[in-house]
Amino acid sequence: MTGDQAPHANPPGDAVLTVREVECRRGDRVLFAPTSFAVQAGSIVWIRGANGQGKTTLLRTLAGLSAPAAGELVWASAPGTPPRPLYLAHANALKEDLTVAESLRFLLDLAGDPVGRGDVDGALERFGMASRKDAFVRTLSQGQRRRVALARLAAQRELQPWLLDEPFDALDTAGVELLAGVIARHARRGGAVVLTSHLPVPIDEPVPAIVALHEPALA
Amino acid sequence: MSGTFAVLVARDLRLAARRRVDVFLPIAFFTVAVSLFPLGVGPEPQTLRQIAPGVVWVAALLAAMLSVTQLYAADHADGSLEQMLLVPGARLSIVIAKAVSHWLLTGLPLVVAAPVFGLLFDMSAPAIGSLVAGLVLGTPVLSLLGGLGAALTLGLRSGAVLLILIIVPLCIPAIIFGAGAVAAVESGLSARGHYSVLGALLIFTAVLAPMATGAALRIATE
Repeated sequence: MTGDQAPHANPPGDAVLTVREVECRRGDRVLFAPTSFAVQAGSIVWIRGANGQGKTTLLRTLAGLSAPAAGELVWASAPGTPPRPLYLAHANALKEDLTVAESLRFLLDLAGDPVGRGDVDGALERFGMASRKDAFVRTLSQGQRRRVALARLAAQRELQPWLLDEPFDALDTAGVELLAGVIARHARRGGAVVLTSHLPVPIDEPVPAIVALHEPALA
Repeated sequence: MSGTFAVLVARDLRLAARRRVDVFLPIAFFTVAVSLFPLGVGPEPQTLRQIAPGVVWVAALLAAMLSVTQLYAADHADGSLEQMLLVPGARLSIVIAKAVSHWLLTGLPLVVAAPVFGLLFDMSAPAIGSLVAGLVLGTPVLSLLGGLGAALTLGLRSGAVLLILIIVPLCIPAIIFGAGAVAAVESGLSARGHYSVLGALLIFTAVLAPMATGAALRIATE
């Protein structure tokens, strides 16, 4: 695996992200009790909690889309570069009127990832969508759309941290296996992964560390 | 950062090319609205010539407001907007790119079509010239302010009506000086003062509206 090692990778075991006593709110309601955990380079963190417990809100907070109501987040990154986690939300961010290849290309270009044509094709190939690359997104099923959105992961060259919201949703068995492989490989290369899933995460190596969100104590 | 701008404008134009009907709607609306006036007011050429600039400007404003309601809504609904906002330091580029594509798709066609409507209302050539010049300076203001309204009302149920109520008052100066330029030319005066005010309005809006729009988008997606 050493040949895979990207130059910017944090050494395994270093905390890429430290979360201290973070609380999130939705309106006036506190979603979960103050939560602390650290995400090491090369590890997978699986956030668990009941429906409406704030898993998505926590991930959006980690991504920087909203600020925590209390506590702090510390991203460690190479000096001089801002931390740039890759956040894949529950929504696929695909445009109905673009083709599969155009949609993926747009998302990669937008994020400023240096990509060539081969990267897009290769990533789609990886997720079994190469044959549909010129099809319009509106003609795809839910599972196929999910695969296209996830193909972005396969196109990444840098080892930025991944924040994945219910990535296994809508995928068939083969898709789940594929994605588990891509996530495990990213972690083994030294990338960090934070994900939510209501089903057990089918990854053995590295073993996902579980972070459970609990009901807030009554004030 | 210029990368984000180019990527977004290219995508919006490509999306518009895939949905040509949607592109023609604002200009069709504009045509219908402008053509109603001779029917309602009566075919007196003198009267029509007098009301023409005002009619064209009001119709342009309404066409811009109608088309701008969807500016961020689709990207918000499918998650694209979040992905855009996650790009570090790109908020202003996003807002400006959206305003530019909106202007290219609605403002520019109106500018091009305006001389035809000027002829329809029997306006003189210099008057048509000043109408077009005014629209060139004024329609970008409408796109920028419309984008602000779209961001402020993002995710609200009666967003479209609210947008019009919030933004139309802000567009009043553009209408007054745009239509005023034509009136000045028709009465044989110079319209340079009007153009200067329109230009100042454009600069003022181009500097402030994107910042406000960026902040509104941030709040809407939080």
